[in-house]
Order: sequence, then structure tokens, then C-alpha cells
Amino acid sequence: MNLVLYVWRQKNAQTSGQMVRYDAKNISPDMSFLEMLDVINEGLIAKGEDPIAFDHDCREGICGSCGLMINGQAHGPKKATTTCQLHMRSFKDGDTIYIEPWRAKAFPIIKDLVVDRGAFDRIIQAGGYISVSTGNAQDANALPVPKSAADQAMDAAACIGCGACVASCPNGSAMLFTSAKISHLGLLPQGQPERKERVLNMVATMDKEQFGSCTNHRECEAVCPKEINVDFIARMNRDYLWATLTYQKPSSKGGGE
Amino acid sequence: MQLDAKIPSGPIEKKWDKHRFDMKLVNPANKRKYNVIVVGSGLAGASAAASMAELGYNVKCFCYQDSPRRAHSIAAQGGINAAKNYQNDGDSIYRLFYDTVKGGDFRAREANVYRLAQISVNIIDQCTAQGVPFAREYSGLLANRSFGGAQVSRTFYARGQTGQQLLLGAYQALARQIHLGKVQMFPRTEMLDLVLIDGKARGIIARNLVTGKIESFIADAVVLGTGGYGNVFYLSTNAKNSNATAIWRAHKRGAGFANPCYTQIHPTCIPVSGDYQSKLTLMSESLRNDGRIWVPKQKGDRRPAQDIPEEDRDYYLERKYPSFGNLVPRDVASRAAKDVCDDGRGVGETGLGVYLDFGSAIKRVGEEVIREKYGNLFDMYQRITDENPYKQPMRIYPAVHYTMGGLWVDYNLMSTIPGLFVIGEANFSDHGANRLGASALMQGLADGYFVIPYTIGNYFANTTLEKTDLNNPNFRQVEAEVSARINRLLSIRGKRTVDSIHRELGKLVWDKCGMARHADGLREALEKIPQIKEEFWNNVTVLGSGEEFNQSLEKAGRVADFLELAELMFMDALEREESCGGHFRKEYQTPEGEAMRNDEKFSHAAVWEYQGEGQKPIRHKEELTFEYVHLAQRSYK
Repeated sequence: MNLVLYVWRQKNAQTSGQMVRYDAKNISPDMSFLEMLDVINEGLIAKGEDPIAFDHDCREGICGSCGLMINGQAHGPKKATTTCQLHMRSFKDGDTIYIEPWRAKAFPIIKDLVVDRGAFDRIIQAGGYISVSTGNAQDANALPVPKSAADQAMDAAACIGCGACVASCPNGSAMLFTSAKISHLGLLPQGQPERKERVLNMVATMDKEQFGSCTNHRECEAVCPKEINVDFIARMNRDYLWATLTYQKPSSKGGGE
Repeated sequence: MQLDAKIPSGPIEKKWDKHRFDMKLVNPANKRKYNVIVVGSGLAGASAAASMAELGYNVKCFCYQDSPRRAHSIAAQGGINAAKNYQNDGDSIYRLFYDTVKGGDFRAREANVYRLAQISVNIIDQCTAQGVPFAREYSGLLANRSFGGAQVSRTFYARGQTGQQLLLGAYQALARQIHLGKVQMFPRTEMLDLVLIDGKARGIIARNLVTGKIESFIADAVVLGTGGYGNVFYLSTNAKNSNATAIWRAHKRGAGFANPCYTQIHPTCIPVSGDYQSKLTLMSESLRNDGRIWVPKQKGDRRPAQDIPEEDRDYYLERKYPSFGNLVPRDVASRAAKDVCDDGRGVGETGLGVYLDFGSAIKRVGEEVIREKYGNLFDMYQRITDENPYKQPMRIYPAVHYTMGGLWVDYNLMSTIPGLFVIGEANFSDHGANRLGASALMQGLADGYFVIPYTIGNYFANTTLEKTDLNNPNFRQVEAEVSARINRLLSIRGKRTVDSIHRELGKLVWDKCGMARHADGLREALEKIPQIKEEFWNNVTVLGSGEEFNQSLEKAGRVADFLELAELMFMDALEREESCGGHFRKEYQTPEGEAMRNDEKFSHAAVWEYQGEGQKPIRHKEELTFEYVHLAQRSYK
């Protein structure tokens, strides 16, 4: 099949970018979207032109590296599918496809379709963990976890941190991402001791990183390749309110023997 | 090159305990004075960086991805082994040890494997405490499933995303240490060389992939957890950017490279569909718990699967290996698939595929149960192939998946360069000539959480390190060499793209050093490889400059290293005149077509020492002795 592509090209963070037209010829419907871009890039290199930069790695939908706005939709038209797992059979011969990077204030562009998602890491660093140093653990079966809680925690933990939720949100909000981690840990008994601090610190970092707030558009859920449910956002908001009202800083008196 | 494995004395079940007591300690206040570089942030790298930081060491951690959470461990699907014996089905540390040595076709070091089996139980405890959402029974207790090469259920899992969940656990532990200021993280930064001072590993040269800046980093020890070299085949289940540069550069600086010819071909991957294909996708081995593998009995039977009646199907694994059936180890299953396809009975358009059929399992337990167990894998299969595996059998074919070879390490996980430690898939240590399913996650985490934090302290306590800084001429010199190489790559401006040469290399490695190898083919490959190298260094084109984000340049450096590594693989495969595990030499097989080892001549790890550009490397041996596991021809019949 033959397609017309308009791709965002931007040399680096300092310069401004523009959409550039490319013709994609003889594309097989069995190619993945990124393989289609590989073919374009091989053609560009042959002509001595700078290939299109895009993030990608595992190409099996789990590492979360890839992520493109395809015709205005994060990861393209197919439900529950990352860009690397989108295949060209989802398009028709003669289609025009617009390809852009994630656009959000908190995700500055590095080059072409590559953005900096470091803000996500900083949200996790603010408290997205259980503080258990290596060697501290008890026998794994000493603490039974109801299957329903474990399953729900797994639903939340399935997040791959790709950033599609932010890119598709009119407010550039990271609440689906943040709430997924807060819920994953908050649903498990192991996550209880730090539950209040976690939600307070992670939400504060989210705001500091210039992500917007949630106004219930639910675009995030619609594009999420792992189908993370917006109920987790509600859960985070409840936790946040509860923690705001009841959190007590541990008293830190030194001493001991 | 001295190869002292430093295996502690005493009975095998006491070796690790004894060693832990014998090792010297660094007191908590002094740990703060030591700096450690960890390269790679997968299961091994992230768990090592976090655990060492928890102890008090100052850690710098590097990864080429934009976030440490994206390392390729994340793609592991099926599970992680541990000798918990929660199922009361006869498992034990000794049995996991035994299965792993046997599964590796008696080419692994017994003491290391025993320690791995011992530690396996702590890993599950640690990960559970971190909040890894392992699958559970209705009782709230942990669930298990079976994997290849074992007759007990010892595999813990989190749906089909076990690697993801374990990695996120390690990533979160790492994030905590970054927050506490004990780990400094360098994402989008690629190690390009190793710096030695006074014969010890003291730092690395790395390239900032965003700005292109070449920088030096100094430390008291360097830990490589940079994964395997499966992408030497171009098409593999590895991530596109997985590469061998870190271990290859270390090899060229003096680290012995062990058993490069031991590569694992995973039996259940989605078959190749076209020339444009950029990578292969694995379907978890766990599918073999319920899926039955078959091909038509008749050559050239082109009927759709559902029209082929039971009596015309050959369930060849069940037929050849009745006691393990579809759960034979990976090397055995892969070779059997190749044999039936070579016999003209392969399925699909290319004839390079076999069926993995869930028909009888769906009939037995219902579609819902199968969906709950494997839903995400079935969805992935359907997305890629546009076929519904609930209605028609999956088509699968073997693909490169893992490399058992890697940098040689002693019992302390230290390479032949003092102060250079190698962990996870990057080292050669525990899997012998074939790795069992669900053991890679186990090894990566064992090395990172529970071995390196102890052994690195012993190294520091016993070593006097010269006071030095980045002005040391060795840093200056290696940095200059790295820059010169980048400039050379950028100045060729030939006609071929990096990918096209990488594909050519991959095809050669797959054809001559893939599932079956022969001396003639290997010699041919050894003649061919200098030509490809020359083509690369004279005719590759890398556009742009070194002072910017330049993905072509990144790829070019990696492929240049793969070209050299491939040559060593061919040499190693040629010299190992036997068949064992993933290394199958056509000349050495039993009348039934099984791998035939030569224990008298080859019961050793082959360790290669680099001798300089254009010089033949020297092959050293670490003899393997088996005191506990009785050497036998592996039988899964």
C-alpha cells in the first residue's frame, strides 16, 4: 500500500519544528508502524537526509519507550495497542497519516519525535516504592494477600510508563500514571505503612513537574495501551484527601543506647 | 590469563555460607568512602545498584534508555524459578540445582548453580515484600506453574508480565536510593569503554546520547549488568537497542570472554513474516503447559489446521519424549521443530513454523480458564498475526532469545580484570550450555540482590586502590580513542546503511552458527566475516555529527562490535568439537539425533583472551568438575 506521511521534524530542543511530507511506498500491511518508519528512514539515509528520530526498544509493547501521536491519537487508532504493536493493516491504501511527538509541557522535545519523560521517574522517586531494603523480607507466604487485591494491584501495576495518558489529556495531566502506582502499592498489605506519605509526596511532585490536573475527560483511559482504569484516579483522590486530613509526621527524636 | 574460579572448599551446601563468613567486611562508615559504577539497569543492574546503595556505597548507574524502567528484562513473560516447594511436589534446593546443571548439559560450574538455587527462595521473599503482584490462589497464597526441563511446579509469575513486575520492583528500589541521594542515575548515557589504572577497573567512558558529549567517570569498581549479545543475529527477541558494546569493550581491555558459542534459541516465537522484519516476538514458554505442539504427518500437507484430523497429526514432542512431552528444555524443543521443518512438514506460508494448539486444553478446562492464564499473550499474538489463537492453533518457530556465554567471572562474579564485576546475562556463569525457562530472572536478581553486595565488599577490603582522578593519563587516552572511533565512523560516508550490514551479519550468524552448526559452515563464516567488516569500515554511511542526538551513530558503534564478537563466536563454535545444549554440531550427534557431548575433551569453559586487532585470540580452559551431579547423556524421554 502507498501512504502519505506528515512527520514532525525538529532538530533539537532549541529550534522550532515543522511537519514534513514523506511518501511511503509499497508498505506491507503486515509491517508494524515502526517497521514502516524504518523503511522510510532507510530511504532517507540513502538520499543523504537525516533519518527521523523516534524512541523505541522492545517492540513488543512492554518497555514503554515508543509513543507517537498518530492522526491526533496517542499510539494510533487501535485500542489497547502501543505504537510498536500497531500494524499497517489498521490503515488503508492511500491514507494520509500525521505523526507527532507527545505534546505536554512536562515532556520537552529532544529531537523529532523523541521527548524527555524524566518527570515520570521523578514522580516514582518521590515515593512510588515500598521501603524494604534487600534482606529485610519475611517468607513470601507469611503474608497472604486476597486474590482480588492481588489481581487489582496487578491491573494497576501493568502501567508501562509510556506517557500516552499525559499526551492525550487536554490538561497534560499525569494522574492516570501516578494513580496507577499509588493504587498498585496501596492495594497491597505491604504498601500500607507508607500509604499516606506516598500519595502526598507523589502528588506534590506531579504538580511540581508541571503536569495539569484531572477534569474527567477520560482520554487517558481511552488511549492507555494497558487499559488502566480511571477508577484508580478516584482512588488516589480519596487517598489524598484522607492523607491530607490524617497524616502525622513521625516524630524524629534521636538517641537510643 | 589466570583463571582461578575461587570456589570455596567444603561440601556444596555449605560453600556459600562458609564464603560469606570468610569474606572480609567493610565497616558501615567506610562504605561511604567507596564509589561504584553500575552499567545497565535491568534486573541485575538495578537490583545491584539499589542493594549496594542501601549498604552505603555511592553508586552511579548508567542506562542507554530514557529511564531505567525500560531495560529489556521487562519483556520476560513467563516467570521466575524458586525452590520454595510451596506445592509439596518434591521440589528442593538440591533438585533445582540438579535440574539446572542437567538442563545446562553439564557445562556450568556446580558451586555457582548451587548458590543460585539457595538464593532463589530469598528472591521471592524480597520481591513480594517490595509489592511485586505475583499470581495468587484464592487462599491468598502464591501460585506456581511448570516450566520446561522440570517435573515440579516451581515457577512464580505475574500474569504474562513477570519480567516487567520484577523489574519495576528493582526499579522502585533504585528510585528510592536515587531519592535518598545514594544513587546518581544517568539515563540516555551509553558506556563506550572501560578504563584501567594499575591493572584494575577504575572507570568508564560514556556518551551522553542527547548532547553527544563524551565523558569520563571514575570509581573504585565497575559492575556490568548490560545483558547478552543476542542481537548479533540481527533478528532476535532482544530489544532493538540491546547490544554487546560494554562487554566487548571490556573484553578488549582484558576481560576473558567465556563460551561465546552458547546461544539459546527459544522454541516458541512468532515466525518471521517478511524481509522488513525488525525483531522477533516471543510467546512465553508457559504456553507449553497447556498447548500441544504438532505438525502434519504428511509432507506438504497444506490443509488448514482445523481440517487435519487427529490421526494425520504428529505431536512429535509427545511422541519422542513421553515423560517430558511438550515441556522438554528449550534446546531440545527448538531442534525438534527445525527437524520437522527441514523434513518438509513445517506449516504457514514459509514452511518455517509448527502449530502450538490449545484446542484440547480449551475443551478440557474451557476458554475462560485459558484466557485468564494467557490472555495477554493470546492478544499479542492476534495483534501481530491477525489470527485468533482461540479458534486456530498458533504458529510458532524458534528464535534467538538468550546468550549463555558472556564475560568469564569467578565465584565472586569478578572478571579477569580486578575490580570489574559482571552480573546477569552479561556473565557466563550459571546456565552452562542451555538455560532453563524462568531461570534468567532468577540469576539476574540473585547476582544483584544477594551476591554482589557481599563480594564487592570483600574486594574493597582486600585491595589497595591507588589515589587517582580524571586527569590520570589513562582516562585521557581512552577518551581520545573513543572520540577517534566516533570520528572514523562519521567520516566513512559510504553507500550502505548500518542496518543493511547488520542484517547481512545476522543472516550469516543464523545460517552458520544458529540451531545447527558444522565445521565447514563455520570455516566459511570465518572467511566471510573479514569481508563484511571491511565493507562496514569502508562503505557504511552514518549521517549527522557526534555532537547531537544521533541514533544512526549509536547503532553503528554497536554493529562494529557485533562484527568482532561474531568472529569469536564462530571460532569458539569451531573449536568445541562436541554438541552440548544450545551448541549443536551436526558432526556430533547420537543415532537418534540428540546432542552428543565429549566430556573427556570438552568438560570445560572456553575462555578467550583478546590479543589485539587482527591477532587470533588465545583459548584458555576452566576445567569443570562434577562432584555432585552425575555426568550423563541428558534424557527427557
